[in-house]
Amino acid sequence: MNQLPWLARVFAYLSLLTVGGGMAAYPEMEDLTVRVHHWLTQDQLVHFYSLGQMAPGPNMNMVAAIGEHVAGITGALVVVLAFYLPTGVFALVIGRLWTKLANWPWRTSIQNGLAPTALGLMLAGLITFGKTAIRLGHTPIAFGVGINWIAVAMAVFVLVMMLRTKINPALLVLACGVIGVFTFRGS
Amino acid sequence: MSDAVATATAKATPEPATVSAFDIFIQFLIIGATSFGGGAVAYLRSSLVTKNKWLDDKSFLELFSISQSLPGLNTTNMAILSGDRMRGWPGAVAALTGVVLPGAILMTIAAILYGMHGERVLVTAGLKGVAAAASGLLLATFIQLARKTLRGWLDVLFIVIAVVVVNWFRISVLYALIGVATLATLAYRPRSSKPNVEHKAT
Repeated sequence: MNQLPWLARVFAYLSLLTVGGGMAAYPEMEDLTVRVHHWLTQDQLVHFYSLGQMAPGPNMNMVAAIGEHVAGITGALVVVLAFYLPTGVFALVIGRLWTKLANWPWRTSIQNGLAPTALGLMLAGLITFGKTAIRLGHTPIAFGVGINWIAVAMAVFVLVMMLRTKINPALLVLACGVIGVFTFRGS
Repeated sequence: MSDAVATATAKATPEPATVSAFDIFIQFLIIGATSFGGGAVAYLRSSLVTKNKWLDDKSFLELFSISQSLPGLNTTNMAILSGDRMRGWPGAVAALTGVVLPGAILMTIAAILYGMHGERVLVTAGLKGVAAAASGLLLATFIQLARKTLRGWLDVLFIVIAVVVVNWFRISVLYALIGVATLATLAYRPRSSKPNVEHKAT
């Protein structure tokens, strides 16, 4: 079956949800790509998203990987266009309008309202993502059982390094990948 | 060359006339290929404001605040808005294409390699480490953002509502976004000079 129209539709929709960053769209992305369309597994999605953290440019370029995974290079192209073009046009039009509305009192209200909304959706995405990233094996974490504590320790290490030092995050991710090869070999 | 500079400075707004869409494309291509670790906005600022002086700091910050309240990624929105400011819509297209292209090509190649070797035990193990690191990285980004933008308990409440409806009740992100954004915007609605309006509603 031809997946291209579905890829275009799903990723154009997802791009509208990326308020304040790509993570906001993550729960919906997991739902649509894993549960609705069965394009990839939860783990594969986490893998692509994590790899995307190492790639330069916007970290949501990982959508290209999903497109390729589903429908080859054409799939990657379709997904990238669908993900960036409609919201891009929207940003262009609203951006111009927004500049003219500098003195409209509701503009500040909308910006103040969107800030915590974006943070909340980011955290929600992070929880969905983390649940797969730090679990043991393939069964969902339930009541604190099934947590991969080594993975948690690695996440905490990266968190502390990010908050305390100016180290390049791509290096940290790469280092944890190398450590993972040795520590997660058996699991 | 010196003529162009002379006319540009004479026009008081030096930015638009001097930058070609091609220059914009190349500059954003470089940013798209070198900005590792998600901090692309910092790279944008050093390129557009500090190095090339295509935008002043004030307009950069103004565009950044707009780009945060639009759907779409901060980096791509910034590319579009600053490209548009410098050279109209061709500038926006050039900037967006440049900033996205390197990473998109790399991720496509990554997916091809993943298709060939993704099932191997060592690759899966390595990716598990990468995923753990990414969780820590994203949490750090969240904390840094929260420190910068949180303004009080009301903001915390909106964050909690968003998390509960998405993760607990599994409500679609679209409805959560519309619902929480509307609620929060109304909570921060423009204050009227009349005191009775302030105590009305919710």
